[in-house]
Amino acid sequence: MGNFEEMAIAKAINAGLRKALSDDAKVLVFGQDVAQLGGVFRVTEGIHAEFGDTRIFNSPIAESGIVGTAIGLAMRGYRPVAEIQFEGFIFPAFDQITTQLAKMQNRSEGHQAMPVVIRVPFGGGIGAIEHHSESPEAYFAHTPGLRVVTPSNANDAYWMIQQAIRSNDPVIFFEPKRRYWQKGQVDLDGPPQDLHSAKILREGNDVTIVTYGPMVHTSLLAAEVAAAEGVSIEVIDLRSISPIDFPPIIESVKKTGRLVTVSEAPNSFSIASELSARITEECFYHLQAPVIRVGGFDIPYPAAKLEEIFLPDADRILEAVDRSRAY
Amino acid sequence: MNENASVPMVQLLSPEGEFSVPKNYAEYGKYIERLTEEDFLKFYRDMARCRRFDNEATALQRQGQLGLWAPAIGQEAAQIGSGYGVGKNDHIFPSYREHGVAITHGIELMSLLKMFRGVNHGGWNPEETRFHLYAIVLGSQVLHATGYAMGVKFDGKVATSNKEENLAVISYFGDGATAEGDISESLLFAANTQSPIVFFCQNNQWAISSPTASQTRVPLYQRGAGFGVPGIRIDGNDVLASYAVTAKHMDDAREGAGPSLIEALTYRIGAHTTSDDPTKYRTDEEVAYWVARDPLKRLEIFLRRQGIGDDFFEEVAQAGEQLATEIREGTFALQAPEMEDMFKHVYSEPHPRIDEQLDWLKRYEASFGGEN
Repeated sequence: MGNFEEMAIAKAINAGLRKALSDDAKVLVFGQDVAQLGGVFRVTEGIHAEFGDTRIFNSPIAESGIVGTAIGLAMRGYRPVAEIQFEGFIFPAFDQITTQLAKMQNRSEGHQAMPVVIRVPFGGGIGAIEHHSESPEAYFAHTPGLRVVTPSNANDAYWMIQQAIRSNDPVIFFEPKRRYWQKGQVDLDGPPQDLHSAKILREGNDVTIVTYGPMVHTSLLAAEVAAAEGVSIEVIDLRSISPIDFPPIIESVKKTGRLVTVSEAPNSFSIASELSARITEECFYHLQAPVIRVGGFDIPYPAAKLEEIFLPDADRILEAVDRSRAY
Repeated sequence: MNENASVPMVQLLSPEGEFSVPKNYAEYGKYIERLTEEDFLKFYRDMARCRRFDNEATALQRQGQLGLWAPAIGQEAAQIGSGYGVGKNDHIFPSYREHGVAITHGIELMSLLKMFRGVNHGGWNPEETRFHLYAIVLGSQVLHATGYAMGVKFDGKVATSNKEENLAVISYFGDGATAEGDISESLLFAANTQSPIVFFCQNNQWAISSPTASQTRVPLYQRGAGFGVPGIRIDGNDVLASYAVTAKHMDDAREGAGPSLIEALTYRIGAHTTSDDPTKYRTDEEVAYWVARDPLKRLEIFLRRQGIGDDFFEEVAQAGEQLATEIREGTFALQAPEMEDMFKHVYSEPHPRIDEQLDWLKRYEASFGGEN
């Protein structure tokens, strides 16, 4: 009945990377401080000792260079896994990601696939200084040619990083940094769920919550509280931000008639906006209430002492659930 | 120009067509000794071919047949010479003006025109041709070249005992692009990894309307020094210097010498693109100075001194007219791609959002009742 092991999310990504490195000699891991140190979050801890300089190495502190050389390595037949240390530092590489990595396959009429994974810790809640707590996923989801995914639990972390590495398309792999130490059971035998499929984590009949990454945990907590109050919430983990697996969401909303989205990103022009627009198109006659977005505010991520107010919590989610149900 | 006069520069063929190898450049002179008369004629033929192609493309743009054209007129020696200095395993990462380099590597000239007519974004096979796609974002391709060279090094295809297996990478960019951070990062990554790459900067002295002085306070061949990448300036209008120095540096890179930088001092005689008007920012005298140093003229004088007669030049001129006709007819024949084509190769596998949007578009188009 499966080969289960309990792991924290960071450990599960580490195990997934090791598996990928063992399975395919063309996989390379690089980024700032990923080698001997194991990365600032220790996600790559021990990999250097096991695989050596030829498979994992430190890059200069130059994000555009990291992604630009990853593109060249992919052209040479490698499958690079590049780490950007924090999401707030990805923007020097934004040009290479959006104008080159995302478009190369299309530009070359299919001659040059881009099997590149960019690992990015994202999201807040760790009391960090500026640029270490943001949720920039919409920028990347907006860019045709990229795939964008984020695991919310250890089992997904273990499998999704391997699936991302096997993809022949560029994958932006967002890691929910405040959940790195959250433990869960990893089924080492699999088989894994499709990389780009959503998952219903909790079934319910009254309201659908669609969420991803670090907010999955918070949403499940809110659903638990609601259940105690007699409200049945269905919680769907997107897992894949681009493309979004809409069929299970549509089916769920047709059942509940109500959708609340939950993420840390500023609400305007966000993944939540896309969910809202699309569900309104697909489920117009089934909706009992407008789609309500629970998210960050449209302000720069605040200083750490205010982040608990900025970030959605179970209460903010439940307030939205109440509003939805009041229609 | 005065500023340039004081900078040492490899020149083997003077503007007057005199060939000589200064003692300190003897290592490059050896590369010329290996050339036959046929090689010299090939250089000239391809430079003339590039020039004729370029003029025809400009005319086609003026007639509305191309959306845009980026002429390389004046830079033929830098491009043809260096292009022939690249070995048969080596990979080339061009910017968007490397028509001459493309010619030396058998790229169908029509595939260059497809881009400028708006039929596609490139689309030749970079693996097969080893000539990668034109890059429009300045400096972006230099990082790709560097990554590729790092991969070559990881593959152990440098300095092996079997010279046939070794390969190196060359990346082209202009003086304007050197201001981009991607160039600095490329120099850094290449130096740190000692990867087999030659950075080939064509300093054509103008980045649209900005003179090189607005991009750099020091000669560009010195740009790599702080990163540990040695540089050299060559006379970019001297096809022999361009060939010899590139060939030597590529050989060295293949043999494990690490990265190096070549600055080819040349001049963009034409406009930046057909949308540009250089009369607004540079003088007729300056242009005349460089027209007098035309790289084709220089090689012609040299060849004539070698005893090459009118017959050859006549034959080249005729071939040029033949090419122009082919280019014109080829361009007229280039049709817009199918509507479906823009939805292809965005991802390597079927993608729900794209499939859905294409289906919608087909239904929408069909709603008008089909062909009329």
